[in-house]
Amino acid sequence: MDTFLDALSAAFALIFAGDADLLQILSLSLQVSLSAVAIAVLIGMPLGGLIAIRRFPGRQVLIVVFNALMGLPPVVVGLGVYLLLSRSGPFGVFGLLYTPTAMIIAQVILVVPIIVSLTRQTLDALWREYSETLNSLAASPAQSLVAVLWDARFSLITAVLAGLGRAIAEVGAVMIVGGNIDSVTRVMTTAIALEASKGELALALGLGIILLLVSVCLNLFGHGMTRLVTNEATQ
Amino acid sequence: MTDRQHQPSGAILPLSLQGVGLFRDGKRVIKDVDCTFEGREDNAPGKTFIVGPNGAGKSLLLRICHGLVRPDEGRVIWLGDAAKDANTVKKRQAMVFQRPVLLRRSAQANIDFALSLRGIPRSERSDRVQALLQQTGLGRLAKTPARALSFGEQQRLALARALAIEPELLYLDEPTASLDPASAHMVEDLVEQAVSKGTRVIMSSHDLAQTARMADDVIFMHRGRIKERAVAADFFNAPKNDLARDFLDGKLLWWRRRSIYGSEGEPCG
Repeated sequence: MDTFLDALSAAFALIFAGDADLLQILSLSLQVSLSAVAIAVLIGMPLGGLIAIRRFPGRQVLIVVFNALMGLPPVVVGLGVYLLLSRSGPFGVFGLLYTPTAMIIAQVILVVPIIVSLTRQTLDALWREYSETLNSLAASPAQSLVAVLWDARFSLITAVLAGLGRAIAEVGAVMIVGGNIDSVTRVMTTAIALEASKGELALALGLGIILLLVSVCLNLFGHGMTRLVTNEATQ
Repeated sequence: MTDRQHQPSGAILPLSLQGVGLFRDGKRVIKDVDCTFEGREDNAPGKTFIVGPNGAGKSLLLRICHGLVRPDEGRVIWLGDAAKDANTVKKRQAMVFQRPVLLRRSAQANIDFALSLRGIPRSERSDRVQALLQQTGLGRLAKTPARALSFGEQQRLALARALAIEPELLYLDEPTASLDPASAHMVEDLVEQAVSKGTRVIMSSHDLAQTARMADDVIFMHRGRIKERAVAADFFNAPKNDLARDFLDGKLLWWRRRSIYGSEGEPCG
């Protein structure tokens, strides 16, 4: 019980002291995860949309594959990216290993399946309703894709939040490809893992509480945005 | 394609269906449909109504004409001069469905969307959208979410969106079936206005009074076949087909259709 109280006081102390190290770690966490989610959205939403509105051989297989990839273990992805980016790997020449870029790449791989699957599911329903009308209006596949993505944009916030949750909470991938280097690739989750392994359980838990608060704030923001606009503009 | 006729440039009509058939779930729901819809330039009728009992294939026939459903047999051929390009053919037609499907946007954005798909520049769109909203009596609802409109208003909006692209050919699939008399009347008025501006209309209807009031010529369908096509007055005064006569007399009963379908299954319409 003491550990929890110590954790709480550690968390508050860190927050109110405006600890520079903490802010640096937190900002890198947000930077890496938000970038990864942004890139994953750019890749995953059009892809999920295409799977929803086009009929092609192998579509069902693709749906199952992306659904399954939602459960990709972060360590495995981390290992894969590590092998690709390591000196002897095919992309070794870029020297990306142990940089925030490598962490973003790993998180993109983790988040894309979530965005693809949730986008596909959201747009499936809308497409059933829209397809005949859009076809009748002579909308091209690209125009149809843009139309359904746009009209489902508030439902798609859930997909973005799910992706963000995955990215900001995972530790396995960023640990392996980032290396948890102080002031370079140390993020909230790797810092927590480090403090825990050092036996600084209160500090680790304190960091965990802060991470949780950040996550809650991001979700509140997303939820608020959805409610605000759905009340206003769409039914 | 032997009967290709040359229309003044710009028309996609006439439309010719040759031996068109369609299967759904292994059942033949459209059979041996041969018919031609002339363009307005030939002094052809402006409004062709398709009537027939539920499940006759009226809606499917409209969808086949419109290209939403590809027939399993036969051909759908556009004979007009502008019809060489499939994209042009697609863009010169519009359809209003029995249940309006509107985008999750405002009323004006729904019309604006249709115009934007035709590549009309943003600066021109706004005026046209407002004019169409006024014309359909939706002016004060321009910014209302389309799906918050009443059913009648939604159907008028769907019609406004279809008319926005100034289609050469407009399909209407029982557009007034779920509307109250006043709303139905407004929709009928709008259709008449479009026809007076040169739009060719093909419309399915369950409402025989409406058909008698509006139609120039009538197609009677039964079990996926065209049983009779006649000028409206002739169809109502002296139908040649026995089933058509029964239909007009209200004797083509549900049980009878069902008993007929019993052997071949019920086409959806």
